[in-house]
Amino acid sequence: MTNPSSQPPAFRTSRRRFLGGTASVAALAGLARPGEAQDQPDPRAALDGYTPEFLSAAEWAFIVAATARIIPSEGDGPGAIEAQVPVFIDRQLAGEFGAATDLYMEGPFVADADPNFGLQTPLTPAEIYREGIAAFDQWCQQEQGSSFADLDASAQDAALTALSRGEAGLAPEVRDFWTHLLQNTREGYFADPMYGGNAGMQAWVYIGYPGARANFREWVGRDEPYPMGPVNIAGERA
Amino acid sequence: MARTDPKKDVVIVGLGWTGSIMGIELAQEGLEILALERGPDRATVPDFQYPKVIDELKYGIRYGFMQKPKNSTLTVRRTLEETALPMRKLGSFLPGDGVGGAGIHWNGQTWRPMAEEFRLRSYVEENFGADLIPEDMTIQDWGVSYEELEPYFDRFEYMAGIAGQAGNINGEIQPGGNPFEAPRSRGYPMPPMPEQTDMRLFREAATAMGYHPFPRPSANATQAYVNEYGMQLGPCNYCGFCERYGCINYSKSSPQTCVLDALKRYDNFSYRVNSEVLRVDLAADGQTATGVTYWDDEAQEEVTQPADLVILAAYQLHNVHLMLLSGIGEPYNPQTGEGVTGKNYAYQMNGGTTLFFRDHHFNPFAAAGSSGTSMDDFAINQIDFAAEGFIGGSYITAGLSNGQPIRGISLPEGTPGWGAEWKQGIGEWYGHSMSIGSHGSNMSYRDCYLDLDPTYTDRHGRPLMRMTFDWKRNDIRMTQFMKRQIEPIAQSMNPDSWRSSYKSGGARYDIRPYQTTHNVGGAIMGTDPNSSAVNRYLQAWGQHNVFVLGAGAFPQNIQYNPTGAVGALAYWAADAIRRDYLPNPRPLM
Ligand SMILES: Cc1cc2nc3c(=O)[nH]c(=O)nc-3n(C[C@H](O)[C@H](O)[C@H](O)COP(=O)(O)OP(=O)(O)OC[C@H]3O[C@@H](n4cnc5c(N)ncnc54)[C@H](O)[C@@H]3O)c2cc1C
Ligand code: SF4
Repeated sequence: MTNPSSQPPAFRTSRRRFLGGTASVAALAGLARPGEAQDQPDPRAALDGYTPEFLSAAEWAFIVAATARIIPSEGDGPGAIEAQVPVFIDRQLAGEFGAATDLYMEGPFVADADPNFGLQTPLTPAEIYREGIAAFDQWCQQEQGSSFADLDASAQDAALTALSRGEAGLAPEVRDFWTHLLQNTREGYFADPMYGGNAGMQAWVYIGYPGARANFREWVGRDEPYPMGPVNIAGERA
Repeated sequence: MARTDPKKDVVIVGLGWTGSIMGIELAQEGLEILALERGPDRATVPDFQYPKVIDELKYGIRYGFMQKPKNSTLTVRRTLEETALPMRKLGSFLPGDGVGGAGIHWNGQTWRPMAEEFRLRSYVEENFGADLIPEDMTIQDWGVSYEELEPYFDRFEYMAGIAGQAGNINGEIQPGGNPFEAPRSRGYPMPPMPEQTDMRLFREAATAMGYHPFPRPSANATQAYVNEYGMQLGPCNYCGFCERYGCINYSKSSPQTCVLDALKRYDNFSYRVNSEVLRVDLAADGQTATGVTYWDDEAQEEVTQPADLVILAAYQLHNVHLMLLSGIGEPYNPQTGEGVTGKNYAYQMNGGTTLFFRDHHFNPFAAAGSSGTSMDDFAINQIDFAAEGFIGGSYITAGLSNGQPIRGISLPEGTPGWGAEWKQGIGEWYGHSMSIGSHGSNMSYRDCYLDLDPTYTDRHGRPLMRMTFDWKRNDIRMTQFMKRQIEPIAQSMNPDSWRSSYKSGGARYDIRPYQTTHNVGGAIMGTDPNSSAVNRYLQAWGQHNVFVLGAGAFPQNIQYNPTGAVGALAYWAADAIRRDYLPNPRPLM
């Protein structure tokens, strides 16, 4: 980098290019931006090549549908689907996170304790998802007549709003399902791509976060946009 | 299976900040020393190496360097009537685990408490009258004065290579420093960190309002430095991965960068990792310790380690836990107010205002853990407690310590937490917010304390420690007062919008969100064995060969981050041991 302040903000330029839908970025995600012509491929097609390790077919369908509403594809920036958040979530649930490897899991359990006491369920995060998805889908069936994945977008949003407010009738053991789903969706959006999400570092590009560069000494105190795009831990650039 | 190992002169429990300091100070005496660390070994290379440590998910979110609740946790309740429940997942605080302790993954904001804080009860009584202290508030003097500790603050700051601007050198006020600080004998060893955009905006606004902003003292080096042990630091490169991470760059002061390689050269010092101390063993008469018993994870057996001197350096929480498990000091009883071990647990009362500026680029990823501009205009020695109706104070700071996106992107009031508007919000506002925070004291109370849980046990079958703690009216009034001071500063800066977050009436302790790892008390120091767990040299009153380091000694919490005082007290205790105890082992008071 020579004198960054005298250069055009290349990074913002690349973001604009991305928003304009250049061929390379679209190819990266294997999809076009939603809201464009009907004959564009479904953004979900990019996920088709992935075989879930933990989630069943129905659970996968739920995660794809739910994350697509939590971070939708419409508007600027990638959605959860373009970022391949469902892949991230499946891998987390199949690994140490899902198995509660680090957590204190000795009883007695008081699952309905005051929420200020945090996680008090006997279930692991993987079990919270498994039972949470089943219970929530059943609630969607009762309330809306079909499982979550089959509802239209606005009905899905309404169902998730109820879930987020604790109004979807979930048992105390799975009351943290929404907190997990929301947090893991954000993680999959922003974590290093080696974990399966943040495909092509698109989420970092979108907000202007330079990823794993970790060296900004000459940038202290400059009130201007940072010009460089992100790198990931593998050393790739977006 | 069990074994007994040959006796050592000294056994140190925990090899974080305080264990490392005590280790090297006593190694210089030629004593045979063994440090026992429950976690793994850790060194800059390979453990903090670029790029693998620049992993927000692994270290920032899944707490890769911290204690695993599966192996070590405690239970929490808020009142004496509640049933405590285990902290199953980390949240409110993040204790360290492994060589270096939390000293590897701290931010490095390094303060001296105000002189008044060391004699807080006396200060309040003399200036505002004893009646101002609520009946259930159990604040005490420390039993040591700032003047006595000054050389030891100096020692810690020069060992750790702190960057800052002095405000008061031997009574002379220094331009650009904190005019309200207690006098120091000389300036900081390194110049302060340079100013970021948020710091500049805050400094200008605070100055215009007649306040006295100054750069926050930092353990992120601003130049090349060699300390008294020959350890070297290089200037911080603003990597943006400071708190929760080990430093890639030999720039953050830590046991690794400031002490350990020098300590490892002493043949009379050795350390074992994956060795969790289970209890301190006492002699039959209970008057001395005979050593410790630990779990050797590699051999999968309990080991009895005899020693003449036992140093507890396992962090505030674990020191108190070990004292309770081992019968060191009478456990505190909140009903009678008698007993000392576990008494006066306290925490930190923080709040803040976030400001949004469309036209400023704060580049929060270009950040260091400690950089910030602070002011002490509403510090403990600046407030009329009688007029305001509370006891305490805060330092106020603008500073961005990282821009890691999973840990959170501040969004203007009313932005939803998910969906299209959230996505639009993060695109619009990432890098366009700054904050002004209040970092405040927390008083101690009759019913905030630590004891053993009656129900839950750890993997060794030991009772977990139980924390009884809640926010109290006094401290909520304090933080609300800070809100009233900070909001006008924020408004004067003309942000597009701003939002505040301060605890208000009825706030209950919530163990989920990270607050601070500034747990204090429980092993409080003092000059009276009936009201303190250790004497003013951090020596256990009942067992003269046990010394207890760390913030457990604080009788209530200071308005600053603890490690400056923790480090100074470690040097103070080391000096007392070297000069006074070793020649004639006995109770020093
Ligand atoms: C995220 C974070 C940010 C922080 N930021 C700041 C800051 O900016 N400014 C500031 O002043 N302070 C900060 N702190 C606090 C600071 O890290 C501590 O004050 C300091 O490390 C305490 O030193 P210590 O020696 O008491 O404990 P530690 O440094 O934590 O060392 C204790 C060691 O003992 C070991 N141990 C525990 N139990 C046992 C046992 N039974 N047997 C054997 N070993 C055991 C632990 O594994 C650990 O390695 C921060 C802490 C955290 C976690
Ligand atoms: S911000 Fe500086 S001191 Fe902190 S970890 Fe990065 S390089 Fe080290």
